[in-house]
Amino acid sequence: MEARTLFDKIWDSHVVRKVEGGPSVLYIDRHFIHEVTSPVAFLGLKTRGLKVFRPEQTTATPDHNVPTVNQHLSIKDELSRNQVEMLKRNCEEHGIVYHGLGTEGHGVVHIIGPEMGITQPGMTIVCGDSHTSTHGAFGAIAFGIGTSEVEMVLASQCIMQPKPKKMRITLNGKLKKAVTSKDIALYIISKISTSGGTGHFIEYAGTAIESLSMEGRMTLCNMSIESGARGGMIAPDETTFSYIKGRKFAPQGAEWDKTLAYWKTLKSDEGALFDTEYEFDAANIEPMITFGTNPGMGIGVTQNIPEGKELTGTDKTTYEKSLSYMGYKAGDKMAGKAIDFVFVGSCTNGRIEDFREFAAFVKGRKKADTVTAWLVPGSKAVENQIREEGLVEIFEAAGFELRQPGCSACLAMNDDKIPAGKYSVSTSNRNFEGRQGPGARTLLASPITAAAAAVTGKITDPRNLMD
Amino acid sequence: MAYDKFITIQSPAVPVAIENVDTDQIIPARFLKAVERKGFGDNLFRDWRYDKNNQPIAGFPLNNKKYSGKILVGGKNFGSGSSREHAAWAIYDYGFRVVVSSFFADIFKGNALNNGLLPVVVSSEFLEKIFSEIEKNPESQFEVDLEKQTFTILSSGESESFEINPYKKHCLANGLDDIDYLVDMQEQIAAFEQAK
Repeated sequence: MEARTLFDKIWDSHVVRKVEGGPSVLYIDRHFIHEVTSPVAFLGLKTRGLKVFRPEQTTATPDHNVPTVNQHLSIKDELSRNQVEMLKRNCEEHGIVYHGLGTEGHGVVHIIGPEMGITQPGMTIVCGDSHTSTHGAFGAIAFGIGTSEVEMVLASQCIMQPKPKKMRITLNGKLKKAVTSKDIALYIISKISTSGGTGHFIEYAGTAIESLSMEGRMTLCNMSIESGARGGMIAPDETTFSYIKGRKFAPQGAEWDKTLAYWKTLKSDEGALFDTEYEFDAANIEPMITFGTNPGMGIGVTQNIPEGKELTGTDKTTYEKSLSYMGYKAGDKMAGKAIDFVFVGSCTNGRIEDFREFAAFVKGRKKADTVTAWLVPGSKAVENQIREEGLVEIFEAAGFELRQPGCSACLAMNDDKIPAGKYSVSTSNRNFEGRQGPGARTLLASPITAAAAAVTGKITDPRNLMD
Repeated sequence: MAYDKFITIQSPAVPVAIENVDTDQIIPARFLKAVERKGFGDNLFRDWRYDKNNQPIAGFPLNNKKYSGKILVGGKNFGSGSSREHAAWAIYDYGFRVVVSSFFADIFKGNALNNGLLPVVVSSEFLEKIFSEIEKNPESQFEVDLEKQTFTILSSGESESFEINPYKKHCLANGLDDIDYLVDMQEQIAAFEQAK
């Protein structure tokens, strides 16, 4: 039998029909919805007089638009409140499980799925959010879809998709001190660009990838979309299985053994062909920071902003526009530049491990007076765990306070907006113009590099402050 | 039917000669709070079109009266970032029916096709020609022929063909969407579930 990739195995087993000269009708195992990209889809169902086809396969939570303080009160912003209430009503009407604000299951949609054990190897998973790629960390095909496709899933549990090309990115070697999976992601995107993955689905492989925890794998797969790829995935292994075992929706008893046997078959065959392959050495990766207005504009924290002298035409004008927005000059050294805000959170770096790393760094230190810091847990469960592990005390002693779960300043749909012109070191995923608020300037980094900036008030190589 | 049938378009074009135009620029997140699909065109390119006092920024092409038409021309890697379909809705609602670039982000491309907005991929050389043609004469006409799959600079007759899969072409030409197709398949989908 022909050698197949992990992606092929899962994709092919979910094709209900191949449309001649067109896309495949792809069966979706799990669907997540949130308040922003679902209302028009429900409206579409209503107009067509349709019911949700498989309500038990959809899970809902409001995250994009919710406040991260005083969640026990009614949401002040009328439009946000309306969106959240509409999600709840739509779920009630169609029998979809809804995890509301303040409840045990609430959180950023890509954090709660894995936490509850809903996300499992071999599945197809979609959500009206590009960072659905996060779930690929479990060896699932997971990707973001538009609202029309949300309506398709609600109406038929299928979407129509052309099969993407396959890419493998192999990272071997040992990661250096203070280098996290966020740095891996920013490094890869800086090498292949924000369009390098377009048309592809990525499989990450190699010893450095295998050494990552599930949290680390989720961060890496989460950022796949920033290279233009639909998603990224990692073959499931013992790390994956032990993460899932015992979670609320994980298979139990005899079912567990049977499912585990299947999960163990989920890997690319020896000799399977990929359309595109890259290989990098983990030892070459430094703690990363971005200096521009797309996630591909990243460099090691000790480096200078590239001159860009080789650029011509729209490449050149785009580069200049980007640096001008950031208030930086080509050739500038990044380390030492003053910053105003630090944001720790989002579906990229809002998991318990991220807060542990941040806490370990700020323990016994003080937040710089010039810095405003927002620590936003990715979910209620993460928030609870932060409290149980005593991290809150460490944060408070260092001058930080913990907020409540949501997407928050990652996309600044709620009140958590960085003011115009201010610099924000952010553990989120996008440094686009205005992403964190109109005129805000975002510098993407790992929780450790964010912690170093938070305590010094400037861009700092975290290794200089570590033993 | 969610959108108008796509017929051959002859129109001048509006240039946004910037690369990596992401969906946060096309429609910033703070304008995604609506629960209905209307009015997004007003906020298309909001932060490039208006300053913080809501005054139009003169240099931006959408504010320049010399540019008009149903064709939007963008730099390479257009539509990167978020999956928000609001980006495609905003462009359509503003009055565009075609977006041209040398490269589109995947999700944006799919969203555009699902909403009657035709993404046309041309070579980077041809894209430069289109930009310089508009600069030379903002009233210059272009033709987008879906049936023949060609994009033509009418003043010079230079033309390039573009790819579109036959199924999506059929949908666009007839104003059909995928949902009707999938709902018709429900029985087969249920059988697929049984066999899994």
